[in-house]
Amino acid sequence: MGLTGLFLIFFLVVHASINGCIWFNDGGKTFLYYAHFMGTNFLVHIAEVGLFAGLILHIVDGLLLWKQNRDARPEKYAYSNANANSKWYSRSMGILGTLILFFLIVHLRNFWGPNRLNQISTGEELNLFQLMQEDFSNVWMVLFYVAACFSLFWHLLHGFKSAFQSLGLNNVKYNKAIEIAGTAFAIIVPLVFALMPISFYFGWVK
Amino acid sequence: MKFNLKVWRQKNAKAQGKLVDYTIDNINADMSFLEMVDVLNDNLTRKGEDPIAFDHDCREGICGMCSMYISGRAHGPHHAATTCQLYMRSFKDGDTIYVEPFRAGAFPIVKDLVTDRSAFDRIIAKGGFVSVNTGQAQDANNLPVDKADAEKAMDAAACIGCGACVAACPNSAAMLFVSAKISQLALLPQGGPERNNRAINMVNQMDEEGFGNCTNIGACEAECPKEIKLTNIARMNREYLVASLVNE
Repeated sequence: MGLTGLFLIFFLVVHASINGCIWFNDGGKTFLYYAHFMGTNFLVHIAEVGLFAGLILHIVDGLLLWKQNRDARPEKYAYSNANANSKWYSRSMGILGTLILFFLIVHLRNFWGPNRLNQISTGEELNLFQLMQEDFSNVWMVLFYVAACFSLFWHLLHGFKSAFQSLGLNNVKYNKAIEIAGTAFAIIVPLVFALMPISFYFGWVK
Repeated sequence: MKFNLKVWRQKNAKAQGKLVDYTIDNINADMSFLEMVDVLNDNLTRKGEDPIAFDHDCREGICGMCSMYISGRAHGPHHAATTCQLYMRSFKDGDTIYVEPFRAGAFPIVKDLVTDRSAFDRIIAKGGFVSVNTGQAQDANNLPVDKADAEKAMDAAACIGCGACVAACPNSAAMLFVSAKISQLALLPQGGPERNNRAINMVNQMDEEGFGNCTNIGACEAECPKEIKLTNIARMNREYLVASLVNE
């Protein structure tokens, strides 16, 4: 869980950096330059397979954990005051992950899917910048993306530092640093992602 | 003080249990929670009813026998305290208090609030020990121990094996318990010879007993009466990882 999680966290950094190029506000020129590289480079295609494998492993691992952990307590407590000893998002990683997966399906259908299909059928890439402009003119789509970023925020808020703990990387010397880095990451990355549809909707990016 | 209690009653391991309502009056605020149950049991016995079965022994917070999930928390609402160290003044007059056994598949209910926690004993038997030379005890200074390590080992050794970590964990994981036992020995030179086998065998036994998996929620640390730290779990993960790599 931790290893695949850190791998997916690394992907988020790449994804956020490239998509952040929309804020050069050059009509998507810089963004499309990198999108073209990511869409056509042979090595990136191989990495893409790895990414899907990592994602599937993360999901399968999560489902196994969920099942084993559920079975470990056949009879539930009649009354439990779990908020007194732990954070709700730490206990809800499965639900938050499912919400992110649901978002991911819509998200892949919006951009990645049509682009790849077009590449296969015509050999041409779609103008992803234009596609974003179109999709994010719809207020519901923007709200959906922003809501998904909240799921990601809570998922990362627990997941980032949890990954280090699971891998045994815990030491009083750098625990504080991991905690701060994890919280900062959980805030910054979803915020950057959420600002993308918002920027398009309000016409900050043209 | 007066209280409304909802207590889990279950005849035996196989019977279907249920919460039963009791009202108790004239409770002294300075009574411990266990003493309150003693009074309730006295009342029940006088009425010819079956008293509530519950685990207890030293009643001074060091034996780990008392359990009980009180008002939705292991050992009740206090931090770093066992049920015997919980006093009725911690509640408000007229409060409704839920009393349930520690729940986990690996802790089957024997009767009412009594659970069978011998899964912990079987985990200990798999590696919670050290080999020592027979003959005269050697001079203590022959084995230098770093002060910081000694402190950490002592902190881990404070675990009384009550099972509050398992009870509080949404996953019913026993990682805090097992990691404390592994840590207290892994940190000291005496634990060296069995170090790798200990990590593998105790973790395997833990899984075999049907405890859940740790997802770093942290409820165990918050509810532990002896304040065992989550860092022990990270240490155990490290020990297990290294042992898996080097063990043949």
